[in-house]
Amino acid sequence: MPQGDYIDEHRKRYGYRLDHFEKLRKKKAREVHKHSTMAQKSLGIKGKMIAKKNYAEKALMKKTLKMHEESSSRRKADDNVHEGALPAYLLDRENSNRAKVLSNTIKQKRKEKAGKWEVPLPKVRPVAEDEMFRVIRSGKRKTKQWKRMVTKATFVGPGFTRKPPKYERFIRPSGLRFTKAHVTHPELRVTFCLEIIGVKKNPNGPMYTSLGVMTRGTIIEVNVSELGLVTPAGKVVWGKYAQVTNNPENDGCINAVLLV
Amino acid sequence: MNMEAGMGNTVMCLLTDPEGTHLGSAMYIPQSAGPLQLTQLVNKFLNNEEMLPYSFYVSDEELLVPVGTYLEKNKVSVENVLKIVYQQQAVFRIRPVNRCSQTIAGHAEAVLCVSFSPDGKQLASGSGDTTVRLWDLNTETPLFTCKGHRNWVLSIAWSPDGKHLVSGSKSGEICCWNPKKGELDGNPLTGHKKWITGISWEPVHLSSPCRRFVTSSKDGDARIWDVTLKKSLICLSGHTLAVTCVKWGGDGIIYTGSQDCTIKMWETTQGKLIRELKGHGHWVNSLALSTEYVLRTGAFDHTGRQYPPNEEMKKALERYNQTKGDSPERLVSGSDDFTMFLWEPSVSKQPKKRLTGHQQLVNHVYFSPDGKWIASASFDRSVRLWNGVTGQFVTAFRGHVGPVYQVSWSADSRLLLSGSKDSTLKIWEIRTKSLKQDLPGHADEVFAVDWSPDGEKVVSGGKDRVLKLWKG
Repeated sequence: MPQGDYIDEHRKRYGYRLDHFEKLRKKKAREVHKHSTMAQKSLGIKGKMIAKKNYAEKALMKKTLKMHEESSSRRKADDNVHEGALPAYLLDRENSNRAKVLSNTIKQKRKEKAGKWEVPLPKVRPVAEDEMFRVIRSGKRKTKQWKRMVTKATFVGPGFTRKPPKYERFIRPSGLRFTKAHVTHPELRVTFCLEIIGVKKNPNGPMYTSLGVMTRGTIIEVNVSELGLVTPAGKVVWGKYAQVTNNPENDGCINAVLLV
Repeated sequence: MNMEAGMGNTVMCLLTDPEGTHLGSAMYIPQSAGPLQLTQLVNKFLNNEEMLPYSFYVSDEELLVPVGTYLEKNKVSVENVLKIVYQQQAVFRIRPVNRCSQTIAGHAEAVLCVSFSPDGKQLASGSGDTTVRLWDLNTETPLFTCKGHRNWVLSIAWSPDGKHLVSGSKSGEICCWNPKKGELDGNPLTGHKKWITGISWEPVHLSSPCRRFVTSSKDGDARIWDVTLKKSLICLSGHTLAVTCVKWGGDGIIYTGSQDCTIKMWETTQGKLIRELKGHGHWVNSLALSTEYVLRTGAFDHTGRQYPPNEEMKKALERYNQTKGDSPERLVSGSDDFTMFLWEPSVSKQPKKRLTGHQQLVNHVYFSPDGKWIASASFDRSVRLWNGVTGQFVTAFRGHVGPVYQVSWSADSRLLLSGSKDSTLKIWEIRTKSLKQDLPGHADEVFAVDWSPDGEKVVSGGKDRVLKLWKG
């Protein structure tokens, strides 16, 4: 049995001392003064610590007071008619993700045909060939210079097998290969990590598109099946296009904006 | 030995109704007898003056072939008594809708609720642009635009005699409209402090002409109003959270389901709490009564006859009693805890059955017009069908790729309509338990669907702001 319980024991048996509550009151009343003198007297780190604690307490107190004041003063309810009407059964569920049926396949197809894209980044800096590729010297005397190494991020499909090194003109380093992209939905303002399906168009040229090079401004196709977007006919949208907005070779990741 | 040979191939059968009451005693019937012969038999036994259609079920499976074939196929012992359950079908047939007859623009915001009048001749819709619109069903054009609300119109309800239209808005006021002229009937009724979640009229067989209706609100109260006196009669307060739905039962009891996980039953003359049904673990989203369809349509039936006001009440009572049968009124509640409960509120406080199976919250439940089936719409993208009497799970209709928001039955209980977030409507056939028709066309989520009580048309409205009418 702990020895410290004798005070409690005594109190249980005989009650409090007659002057206990009086003393407690006085002690409490004195406490603030004592605290104040300590705060004023103490120097250095100790003083700083006390000051910081006091400040935090004061701020909290003020905050609480203000909160209570607000609740007592009546404010007019927001009566304006908002956009985006919801039925009664969805009103309490506003936090749920409400992705719109954005994909209009017809629109997308039309765009594809015209080859025109209303993209977030309409103009991109052209990338010169010597920036895109590094010449690899080969041959016993390192005299042949027909091999190129891509210095930008690339997407290589899952079914890709290398050609024998003798015939491999373009090397896509595995360190710069990407399979996933961080795609931002511009209207919902949320970002998802989605799988890349393919490179749709690289603005620098069709060769880069076929090589799967991803530079800033490249249109990539991403797998959006987990977003649950649907077409007007009720089918799940699988792939959608997105534009790369960063320089993947510098950043080590791909950021893109979904085209809707 | 001789006798048995003389009987040929027979099987001992016992016909029972869905509640389990026997029709006559067990009897020998030839194995070649199919549904047609059984129908004749039942009609004879029940002394029906005209032939009524019936469907037959053996251990919850519909019997479509002769009894003998069934026995062979399912290897059922011939020595036991075969229990056959008969269920009456509607004497009329509703043609399934399959095309969009009209897309009517007009609302400037999402359409939040649509409703056909009980006789199926008028149509009203409420929208986020704060208006109620009445539509002309013959020409399929806008008829009236009713302005009067100050915020989104969330719910709308026709009186069972079709003479009044009531709508509730997000700011909590209630407007009564004259559907013939499209005008506001008196000032908006105020009393609720938050938005209106549901409206239900007093059944016409309890009082005719229709005067009283009850509304439920987010502020946790339900209120009974009088449409003639234009005031709130009784405030039913007791729920601690928002009341999500309200139904006025055929026995003159009001049922309210709330987010505080309870269902409360109220008496209507003084507004006293009769009973509290507890069981759900999360919000109660939706309630449905086995007689709801009859209560909604009042005296109007498939024949399309109009009744004079003094006969209306009698006819409605007759229809109500016919639908209800001998059993008490049943209530089903769908909840956020992914389950539903089947109650017999007038009998017991305990649920009759717990209907489990949904993997997401149940948004809407609806009894078929004959009370034999329950359909439930859930956010798990499925519509499930349950036996309306026992609560047994029957089948799940899968096909939607988004949460299903609303369901609606055809008047003959043979078809089910569902509207979903994936912007399509789908029609399901109950007999084959399969998809009958897919109705794409909306450009965005479908918030509200309704099948006209006369079966001619289907209306749907959604986020793309247009109203679509579908036809067979």
